[in-house]
Amino acid sequence: MKSSVITFPGSNCDRDMDVALKKFGFNNKMVWHDDNELPKSDLVVLPGGFSYGDYLRCGSMASKSRIMQSVIDFAKSGGLIMGICNGFQILVETGLVPGVLLRNKYLEFICKNVFVKLDNKENAYFKNINKDILEFHIAHNEGNYFCTKDQLKEIEDNNQIAIYYCNSEGKIQDQYNPNGSIKNIAGIFNKKKNVLGMMPHPERMIDQSLSGEDGSIFFKNLINNIK
Amino acid sequence: MKVSAIITLKKDVLDPQGKVIHQALDGMGFENINEVRQGKYFEIDVNENDPSKAKAIVEDMCKKLLANLVIENFKIIGTQ
Amino acid sequence: MIVNEQIAIEHGLKSEEYKKICQLLKRTPNITELGIFSAMWNEHCSYKSSRLHLKKLPTKGKKVIQGPGENAGIIDIEDNDAIVFKIESHNHPSFIEPYQGAATGVGGIMRDVFTMGARPIANLNSIHFGSPQHKKTKNLLRGVVHGIGGYGNCMGVPTIAGQTSFDSSYNGNILVNAMTLGLVKKNKIFYSKAAGLNKPVIYVGSKTGRDGIHGASMASASFDEKIEEKKPTVQVGDPFTEKLLLEACLELMAGDSIIAIQDMGAAGLTSSSIEMASKGNLGIEIDLNKVPCRETKMTPYEIMLSESQERMLIVLENGKEEIAKKIFDKWNLDFAVIGKTTNSKNIELFFNQEQVAKIPVNILVENSPMYDRKWKKSKLPKKNKIKNEVLNKFKIKDVLKKILSNQNICSKEWIWQQYDHTVMGDTIQKPGGDSGVVRVHGTNKAVAASVDSSAVYCWAHPLTGGKQVVAESWRNLISVGATPIAITNCLNFGSPEKEENMGEFVECVQGIGEASKYLNFPVVSGNVSFYNQTKEVGIKPTPSIGGVGLIKDYTKMISMDLKEVDNLVLIIGKTEGHIDQSLFARTILDEKNGPPPEVNLFNEKNNGESILNLIDKGYVKSAHDISLGGLLVAISKMCIKGNKGIKISKPKSLINEIEYFFAEDQGRYLIEINKEDLKEVTKILDKNSVHHEEFGIISKNDMIINEKTKLTIDELKSYYTNWLSKYMS
Repeated sequence: MKSSVITFPGSNCDRDMDVALKKFGFNNKMVWHDDNELPKSDLVVLPGGFSYGDYLRCGSMASKSRIMQSVIDFAKSGGLIMGICNGFQILVETGLVPGVLLRNKYLEFICKNVFVKLDNKENAYFKNINKDILEFHIAHNEGNYFCTKDQLKEIEDNNQIAIYYCNSEGKIQDQYNPNGSIKNIAGIFNKKKNVLGMMPHPERMIDQSLSGEDGSIFFKNLINNIK
Repeated sequence: MKVSAIITLKKDVLDPQGKVIHQALDGMGFENINEVRQGKYFEIDVNENDPSKAKAIVEDMCKKLLANLVIENFKIIGTQ
Repeated sequence: MIVNEQIAIEHGLKSEEYKKICQLLKRTPNITELGIFSAMWNEHCSYKSSRLHLKKLPTKGKKVIQGPGENAGIIDIEDNDAIVFKIESHNHPSFIEPYQGAATGVGGIMRDVFTMGARPIANLNSIHFGSPQHKKTKNLLRGVVHGIGGYGNCMGVPTIAGQTSFDSSYNGNILVNAMTLGLVKKNKIFYSKAAGLNKPVIYVGSKTGRDGIHGASMASASFDEKIEEKKPTVQVGDPFTEKLLLEACLELMAGDSIIAIQDMGAAGLTSSSIEMASKGNLGIEIDLNKVPCRETKMTPYEIMLSESQERMLIVLENGKEEIAKKIFDKWNLDFAVIGKTTNSKNIELFFNQEQVAKIPVNILVENSPMYDRKWKKSKLPKKNKIKNEVLNKFKIKDVLKKILSNQNICSKEWIWQQYDHTVMGDTIQKPGGDSGVVRVHGTNKAVAASVDSSAVYCWAHPLTGGKQVVAESWRNLISVGATPIAITNCLNFGSPEKEENMGEFVECVQGIGEASKYLNFPVVSGNVSFYNQTKEVGIKPTPSIGGVGLIKDYTKMISMDLKEVDNLVLIIGKTEGHIDQSLFARTILDEKNGPPPEVNLFNEKNNGESILNLIDKGYVKSAHDISLGGLLVAISKMCIKGNKGIKISKPKSLINEIEYFFAEDQGRYLIEINKEDLKEVTKILDKNSVHHEEFGIISKNDMIINEKTKLTIDELKSYYTNWLSKYMS
């Protein structure tokens, strides 16, 4: 299975994502933001980091990079695109997924483990996964998901919410919401569910010695689904 | 009365955001840009009808909180 | 402008220093030259008050590849891997503008590390604030934490450990010390020594602005009423540009184009160009019109003294300019050939085709002033005699509650949760443990690092305090199963022109030297920050020690959380009941006098090495060193982290209960072992003559002391975790 990770100026989880994808069997290529075309891929990842320093609005300038036209075309043709953290912010800025990511409610960067509940498994990312609650890791300053009422209705009607922040038992409540996201949303899909944007970093949880191993479950399942 | 104020970085202070926005605009084909500097805009509704008094109150706010006078300048740009 | 003595004094030079400059040059310097002298000869760059004493520190060892004198120190961690590390202060700028001051401090130390060819893999910091009640403390703390996070997070380097303290002596002069570790291949290390004639001198990175002109001089002046006037010199950090600079430099370093490289830190282009020329015993010629400038009409004086961040100076091999330029263009960074190396042994500056400065390099470096400042020796204070009746009035539970929620003990999670501590995917011990630990990417090895300081002990008796900080750093590394290798030090003191403050410096350095020599724990890099004072009052002497150690097999790393019910907890090292200068004495008894606990280096070494031996044999399940707050604080943290309880019984001895539980005797650890291993563990400890005693048995829920005092884990947690977040909200 072939994957591509795009490096923007200021990306800093690109190597971590490369390590994770390779560990679970992807043949991964790093792609420079200024390239014209994506290599042939089964999965494209926009990694975390601070593309363009998070200046102006997070992800805004990266969304105008040369490679993004090719990424948008890939999305339109049904290709799988996953944006993690800053990658999610870039997806939002391109309009590939709806909504915006605002500054965290408590105005502070937050780095910690969180639990997320899967909402729907009818997609290439979570199909066949044998857990409903995963322990993931977040590290962001602007992860406060927001959209208009109308958008929210549309998102809900289309089952586009991918994961919610919750507690270890899967309760989705305000006190388990780390950043003020509307409805505890931690990740969403586009309508066709081939594009996934999420704040948590599964690539930081791929080894028992690290923050946990639920990232391994996610990646193993993902490659099996793509095969 | 509403008072508007803008806060900008002082002339000689590096504006990393402005610099990068400038580069991105260049990359998108906007030519002829000499410099981009960014700042903050505030609109404050004060319970005061006299424009000069309202202005003075917001000026005080700028000095004490809104602007970081170590690196920023402020300017009251209007009242309505 | 015609230079005279008055102008020299305004530049922070002493009258006799100005006379020396005129003598050495055999003429009056012009204003640009005066600026260069003032930058090179101030305390920050010349170490004029400290050099004499720093020379006495042990800096060599089998594992030391590079000691002090370069951008950072380097140690060998085998298999052609090496760790580059250093700690540096950014105290004065952080007090003036906490966000930018702290951010640029972090940026500066990371540049020091990647200048040597190393990719930064971990950041640490030691930050000290005034009393929590002081009106400025909250904002300063918030600003500093945001600044450290803002820079480190954007760079994508995990912040893995740190230390925070509050003490009213920092009310008008906070401390911000930042440390970085980088990983490099031993055969790909870069140095700042220029070599060869007519080699191009290259400027890369951000453009030069009027930032921080005379920042280095500011770091050498104490704060007074006129502080407002110094404000415009604060630099603004741009972590995004630094991230690009890091990637571009590492890309260029992969080839063979670079002869020498030096970051432009304090005193910018001045100190970097002079350093390179001086080390190479060469001259350097710079055309200042070629320096990329951000502002119009910058003068030679301003260009030479600007402290704009995110810039580097490189001496390239001839003919490599194009290759290098291509890389920096790719990363959207400025690149300019601004000069060349010469055999004149002078630094020669040109501006608009005119020579604007010409100074022999050796005058600036070798002839820089060195002072043997007067200093006052401090006496060991007399021990307080605290009567048992006084101690017996206290209930253990009440004392523990107060101490666990004390600002200098309580959890600092509010701080480190704002730092990305997991990026790079190799953090295997997060902040909040004895040391932070990161794996050496792609290997079975891991590197442990901690940063420590004990200003109270140093203030009470500098010699003992100096020894103690090194010993504590050593213990923190041992506690995670790392073999300690070397240290870096950041020496924060008051004015060297005051005999008392100078005495604190001299004796702390002596203590650091004695301990690091005995423990074979050499000093490989560091920095001195004097004039940390407001008006006449200096801070408590605060040497920060950053220790680095190696874990050969990371699966053997130890953490402090209690692991299993029914396991035993042993105390390693003897509890004598030293209560003077303990947190108990200072905060509960309000007794500020008395000597700090004695440091017995033999015991430190013996206890530490024996624990490493036990860890290596697989006997140790968890470990924690006993430091500030004493025994009960240490075990409380182990219980909280492991979510386990413990049954403790104080052994029958003459020591009073309060003294036993809250004394801060040195050289002690708590270790968890399996019951079945007790015999074997005891045998090893006895054989090595290590004092040990059984302390308690791990249980499910509660901490029970001497069968009469009971605390639930939730109680302990609430005492320990709430103070800081409440204070900041």
